[in-house]
Amino acid sequence: MTNKIAWVLAMVLVSACTPADHRENNLDAPFERLQSGYDLLTPETQALQDDTFSNPGYLWVDRGAALFGAGHGYTPSCASCHASGLIGAAASYPAIDTATGQLLNLEGRINTCRERHQNLPALEHESDDLLALTVYVANQSRGVPLSVDTGGAAAAHYANGRDYFFTRRGQFNLSCHQCHDQNAGMRLRGDTISQGHGNGFPAYRLEWQTLGSLQRRIRDCDTGVRAEPLSLGNQTYVDLELYLNARANGLEIESPAIRR
Amino acid sequence: MASIRLSVPPTAKRGDVIELKALIQHPMESGYRRGSRGEAIPRNIITRFECLYDGERVFAADFQPGIAADPFLTFHTRATQSGMLVFRWTDEHGESWQETAMLMVT
Amino acid sequence: MYSRSVQKALNRRILIRMGVGGILIAATHLPALAGPDDLIQAQKILFGDRPIREGRVTLKLPAIAENGYSVPLSVDVDSPMTDKDHVRQIAIFSPRNPIAEIVRFKLGPRAGRAAVSTRIRLGGTQTVQAVAELSDGSLWSGSATTVVTLAACVVL
Repeated sequence: MTNKIAWVLAMVLVSACTPADHRENNLDAPFERLQSGYDLLTPETQALQDDTFSNPGYLWVDRGAALFGAGHGYTPSCASCHASGLIGAAASYPAIDTATGQLLNLEGRINTCRERHQNLPALEHESDDLLALTVYVANQSRGVPLSVDTGGAAAAHYANGRDYFFTRRGQFNLSCHQCHDQNAGMRLRGDTISQGHGNGFPAYRLEWQTLGSLQRRIRDCDTGVRAEPLSLGNQTYVDLELYLNARANGLEIESPAIRR
Repeated sequence: MASIRLSVPPTAKRGDVIELKALIQHPMESGYRRGSRGEAIPRNIITRFECLYDGERVFAADFQPGIAADPFLTFHTRATQSGMLVFRWTDEHGESWQETAMLMVT
Repeated sequence: MYSRSVQKALNRRILIRMGVGGILIAATHLPALAGPDDLIQAQKILFGDRPIREGRVTLKLPAIAENGYSVPLSVDVDSPMTDKDHVRQIAIFSPRNPIAEIVRFKLGPRAGRAAVSTRIRLGGTQTVQAVAELSDGSLWSGSATTVVTLAACVVL
């Protein structure tokens, strides 16, 4: 009799511990219902993200808009080719560059355009100018649902990114999957664990006191489990971005989001 | 070049109290943070903000490191006559940034 | 109660823990946070020994701060803001930050309304105080409390 009670109790406890909408066997679409990190913010922070004047991320959007429209002498401005803007473009990134077959994230695409079409040098990762252009382009798609393509040449990159997500790493020996799939919605000290989507990036992270890229956030995640972070712009991280955005397909872009 | 955003109503009725907002990009380095190798990051903050309305100071703020990065202010002034509003930030090394906006008062 | 050797081991453990604790404290480079005395000191520097009365000042902070690096604050002082009767300045104080004074707002009759908002840094859960100096020299104060937590996944 006590065995049965113990078993029932164990089942109740286990089901209480796993998020109700996580689909353990679906590696590609692990959630019944996608939840943006926005939902886990305090009302004041949500209001700040929604305020298109005082959201500090817009300081970089403004800078990006200026850079986008600026030509220098014979150098064409971004706007001269993209005269009708880039609404919706960011929703399909990372994407394969047809000319080289490379998988590029937004930052990579911007730098490739600069070198290929403008005869300008690539911008440094996390530089104010690259962040500005990236968040400007992403912001043009604010409200547009993510829809990345994981077929064709992107398939190998997608598989690589997914592998990274499921691999345990670091001194804590944790994989992204363990926190952001299996324990999404559960508490970690005072925080609620998010589903780990990148739909708000580049984002103004309060912890950084500035705007930063998704790869900067991923580096913080690696450091968080005491794993050696990879370098910014690393191909593995670009592959991971593809997996993350595919996993979040349907979630609206919020750039520049405010995050904790 | 620090990004600046200003919110100023384009027009106002004489005697109305209007709301002004000013946001500037600045790290407001407190001087208490450490870098990744444990090195102290030197203090570097904006210490003074002023708003001038037709040359007369209508609002000012003296910042300490307790003001958050990318300092943001909302304040008010009474619309008296049409004129230029000057928003000026000065840091502790004497460097300053300035933006202006025209206010039409009817 | 315990045997001698167990007692010695326990004492050693206590000593080691104290030592480790001491090393940890020395190693974390945490700035010496101010205390309520520093707040009183800062107010004295600004306002002298004049009495500060509670009232007329409404200070608003969120109940829980998303992150101590950026906490939205708003302060509103009940005042007609005329030439004869207005707010001269408002100062915001913290009993817990490394520096007690956070900001000083300078107003005057042309300010129209004694209502200011900004974003501040708070080094932990605390009750923040705003003190307003009126044109007649009187001092009024209001306060608000906010809970500040650390991020769970700490990258220090």
